[in-house]
Amino acid sequence: MTDRAASTTSVATDSNRLAYTGGAVPAAVQARIARRWGWWLYAQYRLTSMRAYLQTIVIRSIGLPLLYLASMGLGLGALVDAGAGGVDGVSYLVFVAPGLLVSSIVMEASGEFTYPVMSGFKWQKHFFAASASPLRPGQISVGEVVAVGLRFMAESVVFWLALVLFGAVPSGMSWLVIPIATLAALAFGAPLLAFSATQTDEGAQFAFIQRFVVMPMFLFAGTFFPLAAMPWYLQWVGWISPMWHGTQLARIVCFGMPNPAWLTVLHVVVLLVAAVVGTWAAARIFTRRLTR
Amino acid sequence: MPGIRFQFLSDAVGRLLAVSVIQARSLVKSYGDLNAVDGIDFDVAAGESFGLLGPNGAGKSTTMRMIGGTSLRTSGTLSVLGMDPETNGPDVRANLGVIPQQDNLDTELRVRDNLITYGRYFGLPRSYLQRRADDLLEFAQLTDKAGEKVDNLSGGMKRRLTIARGLINEPRILLLDEPTTGLDPQARHILWDRLFRLKEEGVTLVVTTHFMDEAEQLCDRLVVMDHGRIVAEGSPLQLIRQYSTREVLEVRFGSERNAVVVEQLADVAERLEVLPDRILLYTDDGEAALERVTSRGLQPLTSLVRRASLEDVFLTLTGRSLID
Repeated sequence: MTDRAASTTSVATDSNRLAYTGGAVPAAVQARIARRWGWWLYAQYRLTSMRAYLQTIVIRSIGLPLLYLASMGLGLGALVDAGAGGVDGVSYLVFVAPGLLVSSIVMEASGEFTYPVMSGFKWQKHFFAASASPLRPGQISVGEVVAVGLRFMAESVVFWLALVLFGAVPSGMSWLVIPIATLAALAFGAPLLAFSATQTDEGAQFAFIQRFVVMPMFLFAGTFFPLAAMPWYLQWVGWISPMWHGTQLARIVCFGMPNPAWLTVLHVVVLLVAAVVGTWAAARIFTRRLTR
Repeated sequence: MPGIRFQFLSDAVGRLLAVSVIQARSLVKSYGDLNAVDGIDFDVAAGESFGLLGPNGAGKSTTMRMIGGTSLRTSGTLSVLGMDPETNGPDVRANLGVIPQQDNLDTELRVRDNLITYGRYFGLPRSYLQRRADDLLEFAQLTDKAGEKVDNLSGGMKRRLTIARGLINEPRILLLDEPTTGLDPQARHILWDRLFRLKEEGVTLVVTTHFMDEAEQLCDRLVVMDHGRIVAEGSPLQLIRQYSTREVLEVRFGSERNAVVVEQLADVAERLEVLPDRILLYTDDGEAALERVTSRGLQPLTSLVRRASLEDVFLTLTGRSLID
């Protein structure tokens, strides 16, 4: 008898917690927090979801620099240094190291800003889940850029440390490659995010981007040799690619590569404009698609 | 004197109950030439369990998304808790729990983490969310699955987790889009039981469904939708009384003969509906109607007398069945 009474009471108190009670945080406050910090609230979720493939990220971010430095820097470098006495007045390892860092971070963008975006709209639909909360669609896309940007930054730190260990970055300013590589990756990634958000069906488009945009960019955008060594009719590939602009900036801070001031400024401006315009376009496309 | 006080009290309660939390007027949503929602009006009162019943493509889900401001309306007005969901989206959605037609849980996160990460979208502090997640897992009968990956849950469990997630912010209004579609009967009953509990606690429920039994189980009041329009409105009982007889006699003569027999049955019941596989005879006394059928020398292969349902209401109103 007493047992029964006790259990009835506990059900009653328990049920009070489920329905609307006035809550821990009033709805108007929830909305205010979301209006201001929604982009960061979403970015936190995205960073949490990356934990699911954290292992892959860590192995890649440590493995890639080691592989590249061993093969390009040491193997190819020995050959170049013996034949041409280095590039731009430094050993091939020092010349190629900043390019390897920037290009591998930029290439990560082609992974994070393609299939996961398709998944958010189509497979797992986590963008729709988030848009049913107080978050606004534009905040979701900005949060996506911020979270992936933080991931790029962490990977750049690991890569840079590897370069330091290999003695591949003589300048004391070389840590600046971390923001440079992140910016370059977002300059490519944010417009890619906007493009991916327009795609409604999985076809060959992402594989196409990998093969015909990312690979040529990697091979022809001055990573392995100065862009000037290319025939003039191929040099435009470098000029339009965030990878080249990022690599040039990285070389300036890593070994003091001589560069006209106007060109340095241009590199920064190109990267900033691409990242900002890409993010803006993505926000618009997210808004359109999530309020259809 | 006590009489007057009582009168005053019941008026106050009446006013409180009559406050509508959702109000739609001439609501339209068009995609190109198609009007998915074609000028509907409805009110949902606080604490009410309100249903949108209709076949796929009737405009139910679109209506739900407009309530949350995640689909922009083409014309008309919509007010949720006195706010326009398009201009006050974050405020409206902070008061809503949305259970979409298809589960959109994060399948790579663990069950409990799904609730906590979602709660962060509402700016709720982690300390609160830890407690809340445990309470909701208990409510959803998923406490022992807290550490599992979502991929390992059954369909019914995922659905309950989605509902738990929708409750994370202590919403005043819960929007449930086809809550039990795709679930087996047992899982449906568990889910209905959970929703009943929320109803008892006074949460306003808005439910879309194309299952008439679900609408009868869950809804105090509902609108029947077809082609983006509301074709009838009332409580399940009212609708059945208004648009159907008390009982229905279902007879089958085999698909070949059904059409032939119809003429002989014309005056057996108040009204008949001929479906591809059976004939429905609307009458207040099914057994008597069956006797009239057999007395004419007609021997149906099978016969069944049942109470009229919302399915019959829909059939009467549109000439089609709900599930095609």
